[in-house]
Amino acid sequence: MSSLNKYSILNIIFSYLPIIILFISVFNEFDFNFLKIEYFSFNFIHILIFYWTLKNPNYLGYFSIFIAGIVNDVVISIPMGISSFCYLLICTSTAYLRNITLTPNFIKDWFSFLFIILIINSIQVLILDLLFLIEINYFKYFVNTTFTFILYPIFLVLFNYLNQKIPFTTYD
Amino acid sequence: MATSRDDFVIAFRSAFLKKKDKQKFSLISLIFLSILILILSSLNFKMIKIIKSGINEIIYRTSYIISIPENKIKNINNQLKTHFKIYYDYQNLESELRSLKQKKLTNDFLKLENEKLRKLMNEGINSNEIVAKVLIDRESPFLKSIILNKGSREKVKIGMAILDGIYLVGKIIEVNYTNSRALLLSDINSKIPVILQPLDIQAIASGVGKEHGNIQFSKEEYKESFKTNEVIVYTSGLGGLFKPGLPVGKIFKDDINKVYYFSDFSQLDYVKINSYNFVGNN
Repeated sequence: MSSLNKYSILNIIFSYLPIIILFISVFNEFDFNFLKIEYFSFNFIHILIFYWTLKNPNYLGYFSIFIAGIVNDVVISIPMGISSFCYLLICTSTAYLRNITLTPNFIKDWFSFLFIILIINSIQVLILDLLFLIEINYFKYFVNTTFTFILYPIFLVLFNYLNQKIPFTTYD
Repeated sequence: MATSRDDFVIAFRSAFLKKKDKQKFSLISLIFLSILILILSSLNFKMIKIIKSGINEIIYRTSYIISIPENKIKNINNQLKTHFKIYYDYQNLESELRSLKQKKLTNDFLKLENEKLRKLMNEGINSNEIVAKVLIDRESPFLKSIILNKGSREKVKIGMAILDGIYLVGKIIEVNYTNSRALLLSDINSKIPVILQPLDIQAIASGVGKEHGNIQFSKEEYKESFKTNEVIVYTSGLGGLFKPGLPVGKIFKDDINKVYYFSDFSQLDYVKINSYNFVGNN
């Protein structure tokens, strides 16, 4: 009965859902980063990667994140490797947070997320502006970072719900 | 102090180097790989360009395929919007068409009437027209009349119709050599035979010394037959003084006994003096 439950199709779909969402987000033409709304945009991928690599890294592999970064760079036409680098820096931060955290705390996570996305976006701006001489709208980056930070709790609730749906598996 | 630094180093090393249960690549190797790709993509080597274009090709095609459902949804949304717009436009057009059909019916009636009148004019009525200037239109409590600068010298005769444009305003009651006096429809002594359209009722429009006149009629069911909001009063031509079909005024449903003249008698400047010869009919 337990094995039936374990290998049910729904469970498999749920376990792959974070990766599916990640790849749909990077492949799709629709992007929350480039909404046609002035003074509103947010980086959904940053939220997704931060949450899943912090809470349940088993369902979002680093290699998948690396490939997603490459795809994102090609789709939005920026030098290849930047997004991968930034995404992997988020993974590094979350791995570090996981190692030093004994009792998870939402507020700590939230402000850690702010700190991380500020650093990530600063690095991205530095690489694009200084190394590749691509014109950057700093205000848009600021708006994007702000809304990414503000919207994190909403996605946290959604992802928590999804995380509960994913069957608990151990690989020890 | 040393312990906390050790903890940091351990946590950092663990974060970078330790492969998790399901992770096949360590973070540090992937970060180095992405830096390498970043450096290589900035270089313009032919080999790198070929690889880059190959990757682009694969990703673009995959992105196109993955975006198909989204594009379909967009198309459906656009089609729905278009459909709603068409439906809205259709409703508007239908309403407009209904209104135009009604207007067309009225126009058809007027056209027929006009043709009939033209036929009548050509066949039975010859009219002579003299343009006259209004010399005096002084208000008098006794007589609503105007003095015109045309008289018997210009063959003006008693009983000729006075028109303001196409609207009947009165008739000549006094002729001098170089001028004449016209009695306005608003005068208390003015009584002209009229026809009410579209009711097709004969009546008498009489002046009351005010801006409006009175309608005197004999038909008992006049009130019941008043279905439209307004009725147009034309001369009926009975009596042989005026030709039929000259517009006089309007009757509104609110007060069916009053006729409001089309022409403003206090603003007359130039008028036409018309005479009609009823050829053949008489």
